[in-house]
Amino acid sequence: MQKKVIFRGRLLPLALLAPQLAVTFVFFFWPAGQAIYQSLLREDAFGFSREFVGLENFHEVLADPNWVNAALNTLVFSSCVAGLALSLALFLAVQADKSLRGATMYRSLLIWPYAVAPAVAAVLWLFLFQPQIGLIGKGLNAIGIPWDYRLNGTHAMILVIIAAAWKQLAYNFIFFLAGLQSIPASVLEAAAIDGARPARRFWTVVFPLLSPTTFFLLVVNLTYAFFETFGIIHALTNGGPAKATETLIYKVYVDGVENLNLGQSAAQSVILMIIVIGLTAIQFRAIEKKVHY
Amino acid sequence: MRRRHLAAGALALASLIGTGPGALAQQQPVEIQFWHGLNQPLGGMLEQLATDFNGTQSQYKVVPSFRGGYAETVVAAIAAFRSNTAPHIVQMFEVGTGTMMSAGRAIKPLHELIAETGVAIDTRDFIGPVAGYYAAADGKLMAMPFNSSTAIAFYNKDMFQRAGLDPNSFPATWEGVEQAARKLKAAGIACPMTTAWPSWLMVEQLLAIHDVPLATRANGFEGLDTQLNLTNPVLTKHLTNLVNWQKEGLFRYAGRDTAGDPLFPAGECAITFASSGLRARITREARFEWGAAMLPYYEGTSPRNSIIGGAALWTMNRGPNARRSPEELKGVAEFFRYISSPAVMAKWHQDTGYVPVTRSAYEATKAAGFYQRNPGADVPIEQMLRGGEPTANSRGIRLGGFIEIRNIIQEEMERAFQGQVTPEQALASANTRGNQVLRNFERTNRNN
Repeated sequence: MQKKVIFRGRLLPLALLAPQLAVTFVFFFWPAGQAIYQSLLREDAFGFSREFVGLENFHEVLADPNWVNAALNTLVFSSCVAGLALSLALFLAVQADKSLRGATMYRSLLIWPYAVAPAVAAVLWLFLFQPQIGLIGKGLNAIGIPWDYRLNGTHAMILVIIAAAWKQLAYNFIFFLAGLQSIPASVLEAAAIDGARPARRFWTVVFPLLSPTTFFLLVVNLTYAFFETFGIIHALTNGGPAKATETLIYKVYVDGVENLNLGQSAAQSVILMIIVIGLTAIQFRAIEKKVHY
Repeated sequence: MRRRHLAAGALALASLIGTGPGALAQQQPVEIQFWHGLNQPLGGMLEQLATDFNGTQSQYKVVPSFRGGYAETVVAAIAAFRSNTAPHIVQMFEVGTGTMMSAGRAIKPLHELIAETGVAIDTRDFIGPVAGYYAAADGKLMAMPFNSSTAIAFYNKDMFQRAGLDPNSFPATWEGVEQAARKLKAAGIACPMTTAWPSWLMVEQLLAIHDVPLATRANGFEGLDTQLNLTNPVLTKHLTNLVNWQKEGLFRYAGRDTAGDPLFPAGECAITFASSGLRARITREARFEWGAAMLPYYEGTSPRNSIIGGAALWTMNRGPNARRSPEELKGVAEFFRYISSPAVMAKWHQDTGYVPVTRSAYEATKAAGFYQRNPGADVPIEQMLRGGEPTANSRGIRLGGFIEIRNIIQEEMERAFQGQVTPEQALASANTRGNQVLRNFERTNRNN
């Protein structure tokens, strides 16, 4: 039986919804509307002169090879971060799920990185990979690999991917672990009795049963890679060298905040908004159907 | 807990109303907000100046606050202006000069400030290359020159000795530097030379010294309708050399802005090209003998003066429709007078390695025998006064959106260092992209 609350009037439900609606309006719709408005204007930095230019900003952004470059970077960056963070977290969660000695300790340690601020995470990785002072950076150079992320774009990309994935690992780990623990032991025991080896049990029983968690994490990780990695990129590479690690969100910052080109920066954020709305819609409609709930 | 806070707040409010605004103004000095972009140790020295000024009188209180690097400070000040909370004084690096000059009523030009407040600041005391950089087309000063630097070379004398080079003479030409770098490398030094501020040092200074325009219309001094001139033979030759030297292991690209700075005092690189303001840090950190020298030039040219870098102090209005009170302007002017007084400016110059922006400070430093005791400390100013009056190409650079253009130049240089493109392609691309920025700036600023 379902519990259903039925309101008599309209006033009370509206009043109850109002705070949430207000928050959504003030923090989502209003800024989004501002961005759309700004994207149709051309303005000097101090805001003295503005000119309505229609879709010109969009034309210029889409024709800009640097924007295309940023889009490709974002594609590489987000898929690598999501892939790496998900697969490693799953591996670690499966290991932590086994009854090991000191499992609690191991789990708590793995959760730590989530509490580290992006800038701090970036500095930690800097201390490891800096070619002159970093432990690993120095080591790589010593064994003959000319590691220098300040000049080599591929190295820079690898570095930001590792740092961003590491930061997200803990979050994924917690969810995977919870997912694993909610799989009933009876199903696994039944599979074992049928003669399925551990690897087969994992791929045919555990993995499909985990798919809701995996799907949820995939969405969260992609959003993370798109929007929340600004701090790491800013602290590690500033989008360089030569724009090798400039993602779409970073380019919005560079054009708007550094170059004070507000119109084009707003146009880029509008495009970004459209991409994200599209992505989310596709993810929820198409992929969700195949997810085993 | 919350109740107690509320009560305390109410009490404070009551006392505020009780005393009234008139009484407050008498008790408290006028606060002058001063945003700067200098990190340590220079930032501390700058804040000390404000503290000293506050100690000399009780009418005004200058409140310095650090806003990140120069670029961040510019952005913060502009954003604050748009929301009516701009600081009274903002320290703006030389690259932002073009943007600020076109900022119309956002700024209070220095000459107006002096005329309106009647505070005695002798603008003729500023040395030529500095005053010229911050003067409007009619020659009137727009900003208060303060921490002007220029770029020079620093070299490790111990390493020069080890490589069999004369530690007391630094090569005057790039050809000589190349030879020296080769010897340093042969002596087992992993990083013979590097640079800070790649665009400022290896593009802007290089062109000024060789008397080649960076852009048309006198590097932008004569108008917004200017075009870049980055594909010139001198710059092409130099970038080609740098790329080749990097491949050969003679030159190390260390990153943008100040990223190259630590390599020299840490004893990694034998030669660095950097801001003269790096002197303070080298003096403090270097554990070896070092020397300072003028920037090299290519054989067959008679070198001109180098241009300035560093920053100046701009007086800002609070917001688009909010002007400053005469009292506040007076406070700003008094602070400016204090920092440009010979003794204070001379001390600032001697402590930091920035050039003395006034003649009187230069003379005072000379008379005190500072240059005898600190050989090489006069290299920056000598280099800035080299070759007589600055030409149209060595007066400075005044391009709108130059912060972005400089980033574009550095990006394209990085592409060349990575081997993605040839030096010619990099410069051509920087030229095209930079011109686009100039056109955008011209378009949005033509009505101001």
